[in-house]
Amino acid sequence: MNKQSNVYTIIYSSVMVIIVAAVLAFAALSLKAPQQRNIEIDKMKQILSSIKVTATADDAQQLYKKYIIGSKVIDAAGKEIADADAFNVNVAMQVKLPDAQRQLPIFIAKVEDGSTKYIIPMYGAGLWGPIWGYLSIDSDGKTVYGAYFAHQGETPGLGAEIDKPAFYGQFCGKDLFAGGDEFKSIAVQKAGQKPLNGADYVDAISGGTITSKGVEAMLSNSLKPYETFLKTLQTQQIAE
Amino acid sequence: MFLSKKNRETLLGPLSKNNPVVVQILGICSALAVTAKLEPAFVMAVSVTAVVAFSNVIISLLRNTIPNNIRIIVQLVVVAALVIIVDQILKAYVYDVSKQLSVFVGLIITNCILMGRLEAYAMGNGPWESFLDGIGNGIGYGMILIIIAFFRELLGNGTLFGYHVIPQSFYDMGYQNNGLMILPPMALIVVGCIIWVHRSFNKDLQDK
Repeated sequence: MNKQSNVYTIIYSSVMVIIVAAVLAFAALSLKAPQQRNIEIDKMKQILSSIKVTATADDAQQLYKKYIIGSKVIDAAGKEIADADAFNVNVAMQVKLPDAQRQLPIFIAKVEDGSTKYIIPMYGAGLWGPIWGYLSIDSDGKTVYGAYFAHQGETPGLGAEIDKPAFYGQFCGKDLFAGGDEFKSIAVQKAGQKPLNGADYVDAISGGTITSKGVEAMLSNSLKPYETFLKTLQTQQIAE
Repeated sequence: MFLSKKNRETLLGPLSKNNPVVVQILGICSALAVTAKLEPAFVMAVSVTAVVAFSNVIISLLRNTIPNNIRIIVQLVVVAALVIIVDQILKAYVYDVSKQLSVFVGLIITNCILMGRLEAYAMGNGPWESFLDGIGNGIGYGMILIIIAFFRELLGNGTLFGYHVIPQSFYDMGYQNNGLMILPPMALIVVGCIIWVHRSFNKDLQDK
């Protein structure tokens, strides 16, 4: 058989493509379950770090069960949406919708001292790619208990510093409704500057200006629709 | 020894005299990118070794059937398929490392060492020799990666495989981690130093 003929070449490449496709499809299907599990465990670890619990891949599921006592999905009016699973809501898709149409997941955690915290997922854009995070809020509906940020590919040493405790630790104790009952988010400011609207603020990362601004925009965009829910928490707090 | 002299040369040559990184200057890109810590460097080394060895064997088995005018495409398809499988396995069993390596696993496909070995060796030699050649080159590449990562992690973070090895008393006396080691340019400088040391031991490699 002439191995240089066109017919041989075409048959050869077709057969090769079919075999390779079959092998890859088989590999992808048979490894799907453990991969999915890893992604879920990773998400649990991230949620747990926002309430200052450090988990490893081995104990993440256990710790998640221990600390996260519930979850729900609400809309911007604060009403609970039935038949929605908070863990599987795609936050990246939700933040692009107008506030009123969003599905807003909330995870409810009980920490060591017995107090309840509400964890809100966030998603936004940094300089090179997406950034995301989780913010846990005290049951008074305005004080930040802890935060966690992650990024896909911010500049190492500059924007990438947002996933270090030195940066996200600053958020602890900040007030989302600083000095009033209007939602003000938390500003990320150049050291020495203060936001004009009187919001609480943290120091930005020098050299990571665009990532820092991205964090600020992510906070206000992702948290704004929860305003009604947070205000309900505040009135409950006063009623008690 | 069960290896013939020629096979031993095939396996051990790439470790020093014919090293893909420090002699042939191939695969530098990934040597810069994944060597800030030892763990990803180690996983990358194992992945590249596996991919280059198996793709060498597959191409060597197919070498008499491959139509000459699409041989590069066939090589690429084999390499790409193997890399995707490696990526899937990493995602399934060592998720954290796979997150750190991110795009670099996919970029194994474009690693010059692979195409170079397939074209230069597997197309003309039997499967067993090609397998040894792949293992040799993979280890030769991985060895350099691990040496670079060793220095970068030790001097940049004071850790090895994530464990602190520089005692706290050093820091108390004013020792500081060198942040520059973490940045890519230092990888290039470390490669340069390795080449310098390597050449000074192998006079025949020096340019006249």
